[in-house]
Amino acid sequence: MLEFRKDIFADERDDNLKEVGQPTQRQDMLGHVTGTSPYYDDHRFANLLHLKILRSPYAHARIRSIDDAAAARAPGVKRIIRAADVPVNLNTLLSLIQFGKDDEPSLASDVVRYKGEPILGVVATSERAALEALALVRVSYEQLPAVFDVEEALKPGAVSVNAVYPKNTFEYYGKYDHQKLRFGDVEAAFKQADAVLEDRYQMSPIEHAPAETNGSIAVPDTNGRVSVYTSTQALFFSLDTSAKINALPSNQLHFIGGTVGGGFGGKVDTMTEPLVILAARLTGAPVRYRFSRHEEMQFGSPRGAERIYIKDGVMKDGRIVARQVRAYFDSGAYTRLSSYAVVKCVAHIPGPYTIPNVHADVFCVFTNRTPATAMRGFGVTALDFALECQMDKDAVAIGMDPLEFRILNAYRDGDMKAHRRQAKNCALIECAQVVAEKASWPLRDEFRRMSSRQGGGEHRTGAAAERTRAPAPAVPAATPRPAPASPQRVSYERPAAAASPSAPPPTQAPAGSTHGAPRFSSVFGTRRR
Amino acid sequence: MAKHRGRGVATINYPIGMNLGGDPSQALVHSNPTGKFTVTLSSIDLGQGMKSVTRQICAETLGVPVDDVYVDTADSDTGPHCMGSFASRGTHRVGNAVMAAAREARAVMMEAAAEELEVDPGDLETDGRGNIQVKGAPHRSISVRDVAIAAQFRQGKTISGRGIFLVPLSDVDPETGEMSPATCYAHACLVAEVEVDDETGEVAVLKMTSAYEIGRAINPKLVEQQLVGGSWMGMSHALYETPEPYYPNTRDGPRDFNEYLMPGPGDICPHDIIVLERPAPDGPFGAKGPGEMCANPVLPAVANAIYNAVGVRIDELPITPEKVLRALKARGGAPGSGRAR
Repeated sequence: MLEFRKDIFADERDDNLKEVGQPTQRQDMLGHVTGTSPYYDDHRFANLLHLKILRSPYAHARIRSIDDAAAARAPGVKRIIRAADVPVNLNTLLSLIQFGKDDEPSLASDVVRYKGEPILGVVATSERAALEALALVRVSYEQLPAVFDVEEALKPGAVSVNAVYPKNTFEYYGKYDHQKLRFGDVEAAFKQADAVLEDRYQMSPIEHAPAETNGSIAVPDTNGRVSVYTSTQALFFSLDTSAKINALPSNQLHFIGGTVGGGFGGKVDTMTEPLVILAARLTGAPVRYRFSRHEEMQFGSPRGAERIYIKDGVMKDGRIVARQVRAYFDSGAYTRLSSYAVVKCVAHIPGPYTIPNVHADVFCVFTNRTPATAMRGFGVTALDFALECQMDKDAVAIGMDPLEFRILNAYRDGDMKAHRRQAKNCALIECAQVVAEKASWPLRDEFRRMSSRQGGGEHRTGAAAERTRAPAPAVPAATPRPAPASPQRVSYERPAAAASPSAPPPTQAPAGSTHGAPRFSSVFGTRRR
Repeated sequence: MAKHRGRGVATINYPIGMNLGGDPSQALVHSNPTGKFTVTLSSIDLGQGMKSVTRQICAETLGVPVDDVYVDTADSDTGPHCMGSFASRGTHRVGNAVMAAAREARAVMMEAAAEELEVDPGDLETDGRGNIQVKGAPHRSISVRDVAIAAQFRQGKTISGRGIFLVPLSDVDPETGEMSPATCYAHACLVAEVEVDDETGEVAVLKMTSAYEIGRAINPKLVEQQLVGGSWMGMSHALYETPEPYYPNTRDGPRDFNEYLMPGPGDICPHDIIVLERPAPDGPFGAKGPGEMCANPVLPAVANAIYNAVGVRIDELPITPEKVLRALKARGGAPGSGRAR
């Protein structure tokens, strides 16, 4: 069922290798097949305490008061954890790479912005004792109107979800409510197109559904450090996030991961570690915090919903001459990682095709639902669904075979992409050809002969790119460019101000450049191709 | 009332590593005194095979058998920084870091061997079976074990290496979106064949045929595991899964696996997969990474196949029986017979 076509691209490969390319059995296979590989929750500790979280029953509400006196006196309860106990309560995950503003509390204190938002923690001698104590907490809420639709959230007068981003959109470059892509002139191209098709696509949220729910165990050691056994997908990401929220030097934490019972992007958010570390430090005892299946399904972050509008201009000969995309990422109540996915989505437009005129606006929108996060294909999966359904409709509209239509428009080595980098190392056409052969999908000879390595070049888009090249900065060349008002991704744990002020302005790379050509970036002084 | 067959296609590409770069990973490689190597990482093996891929890359680079390499992961006290296991970055980013560390360790190993054999290190080669020999004169050889013992106890050399791989962070132009998102891309094409029941609205995926271009398959079994598992996830995304079945309305959210629908073993279909390898110039041995992308082409290919079968376009995921039936009703029913493709 799996076969290799070693004949294709053989001239670009050295296949004279000994270990690479072998179907070597994994070194942890025995543990996996005998059920003895250790997961975080297989570590056993005497006197383990359990953390459970009180969650908001409302999608949007003001907290008037919290009465936890009865819970604190309940049997087995060792400690109540309130928002005021969290050293740095407000955080955003990508603050580690200087992207975005702190917008999400570990524990809500004044307003809850989604159903399931954490409000208070109970640390007790058993999960049952913790849950029974939670049932004794009395919270007085004032319900607020909520917004659940991304386009409703952008209308004037819409409910404001997140106080840090009152207009319900993530802020890009300190001035835009979305990420733009501008290449060529779509309006002019639509006028010339033989057919213009426009449609709307919607992906609902999707749950990662790991066999092992999110969780971690924190164990204080005798010298003041805390060891953390965790299911995280990103050890230092979770460690540094936990250090920030707990106001601890990072070397006071020892993170131990290992076998993960399914990640798929759902174990990057560091949802349990910061509070379980706090609980362990406050009680001096080992504490476990693991999501129930219900928590994982509804309150652990899902793949976010996306709404995508696509408008294509197509010629009768099969060429796509324009593609316009408007997309909305439903980030839920807080940013987490959706702001990043928006930029990745824009980078992916218009898909693996060479189109001379491309225009996109993609928004990261806040609504009163569970915050979304990364999942396999982050920023791309829903877009690929929309693009490839649209490709099918385009082909039908002009009476062309849908696979030949894709091969005709496929990007090739040397083509200019909409984000203004030259395509290289392409292989879409070859994938289509071998599938057609295997699935007996008829292709005409000329499409069977096409190649990713031939026929590409800037002549397919060059003129269009030139028309919309960003205007030269008005400031004199010697003046350093001002730093953006709101720092975008700069570098790991380093303020934006550290960016080199003497970086030269971007220059167009010489024609025919290959990988490793002259480069530029504000941080590293080099530009990648 | 009838069942209608149809097939649909999708072609996609996928960027390798975090968008814009700026996502480093480090690796350490060292030999114990008897010539067995340990790769030390903070990276996480999610079951995708990070340990196996880095182990094979390390063995190939050192020129030793894979059995002589052990990969230790996921400890922040011993493993140097890694950005994390996401964004299809493991094979490419961590693989490159391990390769760099293994190269450095190999250089020391060859120097130590040269001192033992009293030749120039440049005249030596590894045989991949645990020996180092003079090029063209294989009888003049020494085992890696003896080299390690000599390095540790006689020469005072540490056979070890450090590696980091970083794709420098790219700027983004706020006005035009000009940026360098990724250094390499994997590719795929997938044809899905479905059967649509126009009475129940149910869609069965009967067969998939796909091709994936992934640079270099470091371990073909692990590639197969990813591609087969990913296509199942794609089918599940296309037809079954969501915690908000009436999005953006939040009602009727599932709380457990009884309420969260996913296909079972009986819904899995035959899948012919073809792997192509066009090496990435900056990949370890040309490898890119098949991780995330393999779910993506399935969703649109299934949607397009449903159109081919019954003539309705379902543009909202997941494509539930309810949505298919409503669309068929709006269309005035399915065509008389499934159109051949």
